[in-house]
Amino acid sequence: MTSPGPSAEGDTSATRQAAGPAIELRGVTKRFPTRDGRDYTAARDMTLTVRSGEFVSVVGPTGCGKSTSLSMISGLASASGGDVLVQGRPVTGIPDGLGYMFQQDAVLPWRSVLDNVATGPRYRGVGKKEAREQAREWVHKVGLGGFERYYPHQLSGGMRKRVALAQTLINEPSILLMDEPFSALDVQTREHMQDLLLDLWSGTGAAVVFVTHDLTEAIALADTVVVMTAAPATTKNVIPVNLERPRRVEEIRLEESFLAVYREVWNSLRQEVEITRARGAGNVA
Amino acid sequence: MSPDVETPAAAPPGVVAETQDPVRRRPRGRWAPKITGARLLLIVLWLGSWELSASTFLDPFYYSKPTAIGARIVDWFTSGTAFGSIWEQMAVTLEEAVIGFVIGSLAGVVLGVLLGRGRFLAEVCAPFIKAANAIPRIVLASLFVIWFGLGMSSKVATAVVLVFFAVFFNAFQGAREVDKTLIDNARILGAGPRQILMTIVLPSATSWILASLHVAFGFALIGAIVGEYTGADKGLGLLINHAQGTFDSAGIYAGMIIITVMALLAESLLTLLEGRLLAWRPPSIATEVQI
Repeated sequence: MTSPGPSAEGDTSATRQAAGPAIELRGVTKRFPTRDGRDYTAARDMTLTVRSGEFVSVVGPTGCGKSTSLSMISGLASASGGDVLVQGRPVTGIPDGLGYMFQQDAVLPWRSVLDNVATGPRYRGVGKKEAREQAREWVHKVGLGGFERYYPHQLSGGMRKRVALAQTLINEPSILLMDEPFSALDVQTREHMQDLLLDLWSGTGAAVVFVTHDLTEAIALADTVVVMTAAPATTKNVIPVNLERPRRVEEIRLEESFLAVYREVWNSLRQEVEITRARGAGNVA
Repeated sequence: MSPDVETPAAAPPGVVAETQDPVRRRPRGRWAPKITGARLLLIVLWLGSWELSASTFLDPFYYSKPTAIGARIVDWFTSGTAFGSIWEQMAVTLEEAVIGFVIGSLAGVVLGVLLGRGRFLAEVCAPFIKAANAIPRIVLASLFVIWFGLGMSSKVATAVVLVFFAVFFNAFQGAREVDKTLIDNARILGAGPRQILMTIVLPSATSWILASLHVAFGFALIGAIVGEYTGADKGLGLLINHAQGTFDSAGIYAGMIIITVMALLAESLLTLLEGRLLAWRPPSIATEVQI
C-alpha cells in the first residue's frame, strides 16, 4: 500500500480475505448530557460491519446520529454502551491507520496547499523534505498541480476539499471515515470529487464509511448502503449495491439497476424521514 | 515523478499577485494624493492656528507654541539636554520599553495559551487574574522604585506589568477560540498534544496575539516613561519630569513628540512583522483602515 496508484491488486485481495471485519459496531449506544440535565440518546443499539476494502454508505434522516457513529469509530468520542471494534480491537484512542474527512473545512488556513498535505507525514515524524516530496505527489493526484504554494483562502470550495482529501489519503489509511465531505459543493464539482475519490480509493483495500444524505451519492459510491432510523439511530436496513466497478458517477445513475437500488433505499428511508419531519413539526408547534 | 511541477497547466498565472496587490491598494491608490494633501492641510491649519494664537492672545508660557517646541527639539539634538545627550535618554527609555515588552508579552502568551487550553487552571486562576487586572497598575511604578531602585529594572518591571495583561487576555481568548475541527483533524492525522499546541493552537492564536502587541508596545513605552517620571537618573520620562519642575511647557511637548515618533516607528515595525506572519490571511482583512 505504500506504492502510488492502483497497482496493488494482489495486496487488495489479500487484505480482503484477512480475518475479521475492519470495523464492527455491536449494540452501540451513545448518550449526550443535555442542558436541562436529561440525557439525549443519539444512537441506540447500533450495529454495523464493514469488511476491509468495502465501501459502505450510511444514510439516514437529518440529525439521526450518523456523524456520532463516525466519531465513535475514530476514537474522538467514546460509546456509552456496546462494542466498537476496529481491526478486531476495541477502540480506546484513535486507531492506527485511520483517516477521517470532516464535513467542515479542516485545512489549516496558515499553511500552503503543499504544507497542508504534508501535515500528516510531518506529525508522524517524516522529515520536512521527504514529507514535501510525498505531498507534491498527492497534490498532483488530486489534480491541484501548480497550486502548491497557494493558501486555502485563495482556493475555491472544491479545491479546498481536494486538499483535505490529499491530506487524509497521504497517510494511506486502511480505514477511511467521511462525514458528508462533499455536501457543501455544487452538483458538478461534487460529481468530480466523487469520481476522484473512487479513483484514489480503488485498489487501496481501505474500508470506507461514507456518511451522506444524498442517496445518489450513497449508491453511486458504495458496495453497501446502510439505512439508519430516525433518532436515536439504529441500523434499519443493509442494502447491497451490485453495480460493476469502475464506475463513473454521472453515468451510473441513469442505469436501470441503479434505479432499482435507489427505489429500495428510498422506500426504506422514507418512513424514517417522515418520522423525523413529524417530530420537527411537533417541536415547532 | 513530475518535471512539470513548477509549470502548472491549470494554475492561472499570477493569481497570488493579483489577489494581493490591487485589492489591497486600490481604495487608497486612487485617492492617495488627495489623502496626503488633506492630511498636510490639516497639519498646517492646526500648527498655524496654534502659532498664531500663542503669538497673540494665548500665553505661550503655559501653552508654548510650535516654533518654540521645534527650537527645543533642535536644541536637545544639537547641544544636548540637562542630563546629557538626547540620544542617550532615548536609548535608555527604548531599552527599558523593549525589555519590558519582550518579557511581558512572552509571559502573557505563555500564560494566556496555558490557561486558554487548560480548563481547570483557568477556573482556579480566573478570580486572581480579574483582581490583578483591576489593580491600578500604574501605581505599582512607585512600589517598583522602592523595590528595585532608580535604575533600569524598576522601569522594566512597570512596563512588564502593563504589557502582560494586554497580551495575556488576547492570547487566552485566541487559544480558547481554536476551531475544534482543526484539532480533531490534527489528532486524526497523528499529532500529539505538543504538536497540536505548536501547529494548531499557537498559529490560531497568532492573529489575536499580534493584534494585542500593537497596543502592548504602547503600554511598554508608557510603563518605561511613568517609571522614569516616578524616579530615575536617565530617560525621557526624567526629561519631562524636569521640564514640569521648571515650568518648561515646550520641553514637555518636545518630550511627547520624541516619544510619539518612537512609538510610531515601533508600530510600523510591528505592522511589518504582522504582515509577514499573517500572509496567509485573505487580503480583505488587511485592507481595513487601521486606527
